[in-house]
Amino acid sequence: MSSAQAVVTVAGAGNKLRVQHLGMVFERDGEAVSALEDINLDVSEGEFVCIVGPSGCGKSTLLNVVAGFLSPTSGSVTIDGEAVSGPDPRRILVFQERGVFPWLTVEGNIGFGLSKLPRAEREARIAHYVQTVRLQGFEKAYPSDLSGGMKQRLQVARALAVNPDILYLDEPFGALDSITRVIMRGELLRIWQTERRTILFVTHDIDEAVQMADRVVVLSSRPAKIKDILTIDIPHPRNISSPHYLELRDELLKQIGLAYEI
Amino acid sequence: MSSITKPRMWESFFWPTIAAALLLAIWHYSVVFTGTKVFPSPMNVKTGVVELLDMHVLWADIGDSLRRVALGFGAAVLVGIPVGLWLGWSAATYQVVNPTLQILRPISPIAWIPVAIIFFGVGDRAAIFLIFLASFFPIVVACVSGVSSVPPVLRSAGRNFGLSKLQLIRRVIFPAALPQILVGVRIALGIAWLVVVAAEMIAVDSGLGYLVIDSRNSGKRYDLVVAAMLTIGIIGLLLDFSIRQVERIKSVRWGFRDAA
Amino acid sequence: MWLRPVLFIAVLLAVWQVAIYRRPGQLLPGPIGVASGILDLMQHGLLLRYVIASLFRVTWGFGLATLTAIPLGLMLGWYRRGEMAFYPLVQVFRPISPLAWIPVAILWFGVGDLAAIFLIFVGCFFPLLLTAMSAVHNIPAVYFNAGRNFGLSSSAFVSRVLYPAVVPQLLIGLRITLGIAWLVVVAAEMISVNSGLGFLIVDARNAGNRYDLVVAGMVIIGAIGLLLDLAMRSLEQVRSFHWSSSED
Repeated sequence: MSSAQAVVTVAGAGNKLRVQHLGMVFERDGEAVSALEDINLDVSEGEFVCIVGPSGCGKSTLLNVVAGFLSPTSGSVTIDGEAVSGPDPRRILVFQERGVFPWLTVEGNIGFGLSKLPRAEREARIAHYVQTVRLQGFEKAYPSDLSGGMKQRLQVARALAVNPDILYLDEPFGALDSITRVIMRGELLRIWQTERRTILFVTHDIDEAVQMADRVVVLSSRPAKIKDILTIDIPHPRNISSPHYLELRDELLKQIGLAYEI
Repeated sequence: MSSITKPRMWESFFWPTIAAALLLAIWHYSVVFTGTKVFPSPMNVKTGVVELLDMHVLWADIGDSLRRVALGFGAAVLVGIPVGLWLGWSAATYQVVNPTLQILRPISPIAWIPVAIIFFGVGDRAAIFLIFLASFFPIVVACVSGVSSVPPVLRSAGRNFGLSKLQLIRRVIFPAALPQILVGVRIALGIAWLVVVAAEMIAVDSGLGYLVIDSRNSGKRYDLVVAAMLTIGIIGLLLDFSIRQVERIKSVRWGFRDAA
Repeated sequence: MWLRPVLFIAVLLAVWQVAIYRRPGQLLPGPIGVASGILDLMQHGLLLRYVIASLFRVTWGFGLATLTAIPLGLMLGWYRRGEMAFYPLVQVFRPISPLAWIPVAILWFGVGDLAAIFLIFVGCFFPLLLTAMSAVHNIPAVYFNAGRNFGLSSSAFVSRVLYPAVVPQLLIGLRITLGIAWLVVVAAEMISVNSGLGFLIVDARNAGNRYDLVVAGMVIIGAIGLLLDLAMRSLEQVRSFHWSSSED
């Protein structure tokens, strides 16, 4: 267990995001409820880190604190040495659903954070990211004309367009059907390998974590503490039938406390 | 619902025509049957309308009524939407101001007439004030309701992109609340149209409301009374229809698609 | 929690009182003048009489409209073709202010209570009709399928599925229409009868510029309108009607 409490760094890379002794206590009906306890995490630049845990354990809370939407009751979050004090366009959060602005077209959404740019540059960027997420042909469409998967791709495009340092994703594929989910994972990995951003990805899907992440942070149930941090050292593209993959997957299942057979 | 078959296109013209024809027939034959000397038959009304048009009275009255609505309703929109957005945004302000609004709201605009006359005298301004008053409340209520039903996700997303509070209201809250605001605006327009007619019956001497009262008072011209009533109905319908067209604009339509 | 709104109202009242003070000879009363006007009415036994008169007319007009418009509206909502037939007519009649019906009302019913009740009836009938029609439309299709699945007869369907499904929306529509009825009664009384709160306002002004009574009347109208609204809201809250919101 001590490996979980210690600060873990990946060799060779600088520290982009540092979470130190983070704690979060909520007041509910007059009682203090501890959601997060002593979370310590270091993420390097360009890393893809997944956070997994059972439903309701607090992983979304953790992401919201790290992204600056909530203030922690104890501990700190620093990015590039600077303390996080609120939401910032340098770190964009992709929500699970309904995150796109329904009154704007695809172009309008992607261009949302680009209003300070001159027109030509803005349009060029929008066009680029429409291509990146493969929504060509839908530039003038409204979100109500798009499927769930397309809306999530739109959110990613909107996030990437402002050139953020870090991308946070809060169970972004949770509301999609399982086939779309698999496709979306591939898309996200493809984008990540081209754009090389730092990614912090929350999911309850173990397979998803093992398929995508460089490292997987396992949270216990509430109050959430870090149970373990697993390194997935399989190079992409990952064969999901390979023994090593299955080994890591089983290790993860064991960490969460689930049986192998249903 | 329960229909034997799905209605065809032509039926949406057929059935209303039948109903209207039925109504006209009942109207006509009751006039004939009761032998009333006073209540007009459909034919009387039609000649009445022609007469009004001939004397250029009808258009002038329509213009007057519409003008008052435009001014009073327009002012209510310009004042009511910012006030409503503010009240929806600031829970503290809402808590303080809302009880006062709830007490003022059920007071019929007509009951305000004597007060309005004191402030504005008899005439246009009093009527416009009444229209403003009547339209103001539904707009504010709709704004407050619209703002509070903006999903928190969208607010967070706006903040994430570094928007200031004012920018957040302008670029996220207002567009997100717009469908509901438009419903309130449409309701307010309907109320404005009712109130202008009422105000004109009591406090001014031109306009469609005045035409209704005056036609009766100066000569019991019930044919003109009914003609004026029908004109009121039709224009009210057209006003409602126009706003519904605004609701169909693409960047607003999303709000109505997921209704219910 | 109650303190701030009450303070706000108190501040408004104070400002009002001061504004009146500074302009002597002013026709409008301040809050103190209004309060004494209300006392005046109570002492003459008029307050209760007028309130009851207005409520009486509202009850009859609103009640008749409910009993006719709701069943008719439910039927029209059910039968597509019936609705197609009458919807345009309703849309033409609805924007006609009840007050515009006054000459017709007086012609048919003479000056008096019946005319006022008729005006309230007209003002309530069309909104209630539309509410009932819309309530039927908003019944989720699954209910129909479930009803058919379980082999319900038409009448059983109406009583066991249709009626419970429309009640929450009908209650909201009834509350809004009751508010309309209250607005109309005041207007109707200003013109065609000689009792009631609307009459009070007109009469107080005409017979001696008693603006303290005018504003007192306005305040009472507002208060009763608010009470009616709150009463209807608490009806909506009654548990057995509450089910539709639990589906959100």
